[in-house]
Amino acid sequence: MPLVKAGHIVEDRFVRVLDDAPVPEGAAVILPAARLLADARELVLRQAPTGVIWPNDRKVAELAPYLDWISLVALVFPNFRDGRAYSQARLLRERYAFRGELRATGQVLRDQLLFLQRAGFDGFEVTKEADGAAFAEAVRRYSVFYQPAADGRASTLTARRARGASGAVPSRREHVAG
Amino acid sequence: MYIYDEFDRTLVDERVREFRDQVARRLSGELTEEEFKPLRLMNGVYLQLHAYMLRIAIPYGTLSSDQMRMLAHVARRYDRGYGHFTTRQNIQFNWIKLEELPDAMADLARAGLHGMQTSGNCVRNITTDQWAGVAPDEIEDPRIWAELLRQHLTLHPEFSFLPRKFKIALTASAHDRAAVKIHDIGLRMYRNGAGETGFEVTVGGGLGRTPFLGKTIKPFLPKRDLLSYVEAIMRTYNQYGRRDNIYKARIKILVHELGAEKFAREVEEEWHSIKDGALALDPAVVADIAARFHYPDYEELADNPPELAKAREGERFRTWLANSVSNHKVSGRAIVTLSLKPEGGPPGDATAAQMDAIAELADRYSHGEIRVGHEQNLALPHVAQRDLPALRRALDEIGVATPNVNLISDIIACPGLDYCSLANARSIPVAQEITRRFRNLDVARDLGRLHINISGCINACGHHHIGHIGILGVEKNGEEYYQVTIGGRADERAELGTILGPAVPYGEIADVVEDIAAAYLELRARPDELFIDTVKRVGVDPFKERVYAAR
Repeated sequence: MPLVKAGHIVEDRFVRVLDDAPVPEGAAVILPAARLLADARELVLRQAPTGVIWPNDRKVAELAPYLDWISLVALVFPNFRDGRAYSQARLLRERYAFRGELRATGQVLRDQLLFLQRAGFDGFEVTKEADGAAFAEAVRRYSVFYQPAADGRASTLTARRARGASGAVPSRREHVAG
Repeated sequence: MYIYDEFDRTLVDERVREFRDQVARRLSGELTEEEFKPLRLMNGVYLQLHAYMLRIAIPYGTLSSDQMRMLAHVARRYDRGYGHFTTRQNIQFNWIKLEELPDAMADLARAGLHGMQTSGNCVRNITTDQWAGVAPDEIEDPRIWAELLRQHLTLHPEFSFLPRKFKIALTASAHDRAAVKIHDIGLRMYRNGAGETGFEVTVGGGLGRTPFLGKTIKPFLPKRDLLSYVEAIMRTYNQYGRRDNIYKARIKILVHELGAEKFAREVEEEWHSIKDGALALDPAVVADIAARFHYPDYEELADNPPELAKAREGERFRTWLANSVSNHKVSGRAIVTLSLKPEGGPPGDATAAQMDAIAELADRYSHGEIRVGHEQNLALPHVAQRDLPALRRALDEIGVATPNVNLISDIIACPGLDYCSLANARSIPVAQEITRRFRNLDVARDLGRLHINISGCINACGHHHIGHIGILGVEKNGEEYYQVTIGGRADERAELGTILGPAVPYGEIADVVEDIAAAYLELRARPDELFIDTVKRVGVDPFKERVYAAR
């Protein structure tokens, strides 16, 4: 699956290592959750980047002790309608201040990319090649955001705070809506 | 009336552009139907039995006359000349073509209307009292809080793929007209002992195949914490709500399985981590939203003007006045309910011509404002009492002055098997037949306040569990049958109805309703003991005996 980072399809430098396979030295790896937890003492000493693929039904709080040396957390969308990993992503970014790569894996489609980015993801294993190519357009569809999230985009809460404090009143010309 | 600003307008326009692109990709085959489905649902587009259905949000039930005209235009241009007002303050069009949907959305957007939050596994249209802002018994206008929640939860990046749909309702009156206890989150505004206004928060209410009333998890939530607390509930639900079984995915099941206390503790713990963050409501933000609600500049008028006193001499006017006109918080004004339940008509339907006429009357008599209630009726909220006689004549001419509001023929019904692919049985013809049986309004008035709710299947879109008389369509060996409950109610004394007995076939359901009505007339202690109070006092058995004795 094509990997999108910083808006472009790029080569994936991480290799996935299964449960019992040896961890290659000097290579960036993504390990299963159980493997990471079991071998953390040795893994922390590695010279190359270590990542983990974390299931969407396990609390990310368990990852907290490792986050200062983990380079990547891959979260899972078994299908795109299963939205648990959005909450996990926000918690990792906002509560546990994880600064490494947060990668969306599983069924990752164009129409979810903006939501994913807003939740804090910055790596995307897109299911369809064309969706990877359309990434830049997909995350620029909206310029207005009603709520603050993990992406740092300004929300209307901030804009309205400034305006509300100034006591501005809406002009009559603006059309009326329910 | 909330006035859109540049943010609100831009977002709706961007939404239309995105949807146009999604429809184009679906038509070209780039998107599969499975991939397209949640996208169209999040824009209010369902695939029904015969065609696509478009559901448009009417946030907290407030419409401007221009918006009503736009709905009439869409009914005429893209549909078959009518629309259907739903039990959640939305409107549905049942005959839309997929390729025309983006144009219909673009037209609607010009009036600030859209289909966001009307379907899919996201937060749905936030509903409240249809009399908000004008009800004499409310402590403040709940729509400001509904609008804050609406905005916060619109295209929320974390909560757009929840385990299941999510409904929030709010009331700020002693009498709950928003049925908050049957919502995933119910918010009741009140003033506590210290004189502060805040919210009692209930969670896990809902109907469907496993009906529950909401349970209180926060007796008093200060206003500043509304967004953060709701965020904490949503986050808890998004992570732990069941996704293995669609019928167990609503928050009510999670609350039931964990227990309300444990659920409350989970939420509380999450909330403590975020309550003092970016979501703590700054009074300036609330003030900004509040400033965008326009209120009419009422001229000063006295109650009971001479025009009204004179009109009272006529019996038809008197009947309508007693039934369809309610007290307003400002003297000399009234709230007028427009019945969308004419004899023999499908509940909640309005034609394009009616919509246009109602918009016109709203401009002339109600400061350009119309309300939509969950009972599938409309209301004009700012009518001068002196205009009531002229208004009644005008409403009568377009067929929306039937004085049956809250009576037995004011039926709430889902679209049922006539439109819906989920239904097991028809709802609309049952409602139509009942309105014919009770066409004599003297009889209906003698029966007094009596709510009938009809659902065509267990999903309970017609809210049958909380009908004083609830009717549920089921399928038995390929035939339409109906199960009857009595004693349900959705107000501040909410209760679920009790099953009366075995289901009856289509041909007998109207007879059963007549038998229940007759039993009530015999059983009531006094003429002014309401049906619902008689059921409470005597229980279900005397009704059961009466209905099933002959069957």
